[in-house]
Amino acid sequence: MIDAKHLRAALPQADVTGLLRRYGALVALVVLILFNLAFTPNFATWQTLNVNLTQVCAIVIVAVGMTLVIATGGIDLSVGSLMAISGALAPLIFLGHLVPLPHPLLGVALALIVPVLVAGAFGWFNGWLITRFRIQPIIATLVLFIAGRGIAQVMTNGNLQVFKVPEFQFIGLGRVLGVPFQALLMLAIVVLAAWALQRTVFGREILAVGGNERAARLAGIPVAVVKRRVYLISGLCAGLAGLIVIAINSASDANLIGLGMELDTIAAVAVGGTLLTGGRATVVGTFLGALIIQLVRYTLLANGVPDAAALVVKAAIIVLAVWLQRQGRT
Amino acid sequence: MRNDHATTSLLRHVGQHGVLVALLVLILFGWLRYDNFLGSFNVLSLLRYNAMFALVALGMCYVIMTGGIDLSVGSTAALGSVVAALLSPYGLLAGLVGGMAAGLAIGVINGLVVTRLGVLPFIATLATMLAASGTALLLAGNQSVSVSYETAFVELGQGDLLSFPVPAWIALLAYVGGSVVLNRTAFGRHVLAVGGNEDASRLMGLPAQRTKFVVYALSGTLAGLAGVILAAQFGAGQPIEGVGWELFAIASVVVGGTLLTGGVGSVGATLAGVLLLGLIFNMLNFENGMGWISLSAYWQSVIRGGFLLLVVILQAKLMTREEAAA
Repeated sequence: MIDAKHLRAALPQADVTGLLRRYGALVALVVLILFNLAFTPNFATWQTLNVNLTQVCAIVIVAVGMTLVIATGGIDLSVGSLMAISGALAPLIFLGHLVPLPHPLLGVALALIVPVLVAGAFGWFNGWLITRFRIQPIIATLVLFIAGRGIAQVMTNGNLQVFKVPEFQFIGLGRVLGVPFQALLMLAIVVLAAWALQRTVFGREILAVGGNERAARLAGIPVAVVKRRVYLISGLCAGLAGLIVIAINSASDANLIGLGMELDTIAAVAVGGTLLTGGRATVVGTFLGALIIQLVRYTLLANGVPDAAALVVKAAIIVLAVWLQRQGRT
Repeated sequence: MRNDHATTSLLRHVGQHGVLVALLVLILFGWLRYDNFLGSFNVLSLLRYNAMFALVALGMCYVIMTGGIDLSVGSTAALGSVVAALLSPYGLLAGLVGGMAAGLAIGVINGLVVTRLGVLPFIATLATMLAASGTALLLAGNQSVSVSYETAFVELGQGDLLSFPVPAWIALLAYVGGSVVLNRTAFGRHVLAVGGNEDASRLMGLPAQRTKFVVYALSGTLAGLAGVILAAQFGAGQPIEGVGWELFAIASVVVGGTLLTGGVGSVGATLAGVLLLGLIFNMLNFENGMGWISLSAYWQSVIRGGFLLLVVILQAKLMTREEAAA
């Protein structure tokens, strides 16, 4: 397929496209920030940073799990519904609707742990369906996408749960040395996952499974175990994000928590440069991807473009990013 | 061995006709249990309400048979409903054509991005889903747009023809057409061939790219048509409707036994899948009406999810058995 014309065109550009592919997300982010510094009034303030960080935290945390899932060549459509389950369950626990509480702090502790574990268990169930019955990930996770929100709605009877429990809401509203606690949590998760993907056996196994599942199996990698683990992790991340969202809102609405989250996170993963067919993944890229999408929206809103138009721009960015990736490969 | 073979062939029958059997069982159960379940009012309202889902699922069925997926159908329907509502003062035809044209436009973009830019269908249609939704909100000014009752436009959703709901007529015609095209035309064969093995069909000289382009355009147009019916039925173009329609349509197609890997599919079974998932909601209402239990409407998604789970596990078992037999 390589003819002289292609070769000539490719040679001088090889470095540029290679660089763009590697650092494209970073370059785009820097360009966006520079643009904002020049044109958006009051951009360089703590408040801007805080607003953007708090809005992006939940997406990033879920997107980290999604990155690992996509790295194995899978997809997880159920994350939004799992967020709803965890977000609906937590208030039921700390408000004492499920079991009477001997001490309110015990309720808070349980509410921080149990919902995340429940979401993790559902995530593991996704992985079990995929590995045990060899169902395609998009269908297997579609089951919980549909049923999961229903479960959350049935648990709360669709009612809005309003609360004011500062100990619990620290996870979404608290600050450590002036920095939002959720932002620190998000950074910790990003760093941990990036390290695990690059430097641990588990991380290499994930990429091997996504790159070539047969070869990975022949090389003695426990493919099913690896897959179940990434869906478990994705579930845990979704559960945690559900808690953060309800803590920020001081309210839990099973109909709304995490709605459309699966698409936001997949978009962040795609823009960040992770290959959607699996085998190559970057957690830091996903983080940058989520920041880019958030910052684009912020830029447009701050400059008076309506939210609806921002959606159209977001769509164009996603297609452009994935198309550029493809250009880099061929 | 023989016994095993018999089970496999039984399972295959269940896979092919399972959805029809399940549908009949459900109908029989409802007929025995509830008064007026098969009364014309209930049946006709059920068909009227589910016609738009049926149209979306038909397009999805075609896309999935080529091995692709179309996530944009829900917001395309929303866009179609807004355009139709805006054009409804100019008459029935203007609304109908406008809504379908809006859907066609989104479908064409999907087709071009998938075939020309080589972007995965999943991502391409995810992007157009956002774009269509944004466009719908912009056109509608972030609120629902009421349709004109001066013209005959609302007949498309609320009218009857030969005492059968107009939307159901439209869906019925679309399914008959869809079935004929799939089974009796070269294009239908191309769809299945491309989904079965794209490289092989390209080497055989089949127009793989054009086939894919056409199915996305078709899916968009049908979603636009569903939007027209949505607007006519509820008297308003609704920019935020259609959330989750794409996944409901995928579920109907899968319950109908169409494989997500492409190459195999049935238009009729997809219709049965739509009716099956629609009936669950309907029966839940009847069950509540009897007063024995009171299950909230929220149970319907749990039950639908459970149904889907059952079907995919059954399908997967069937596939592994066939692989083992081959």
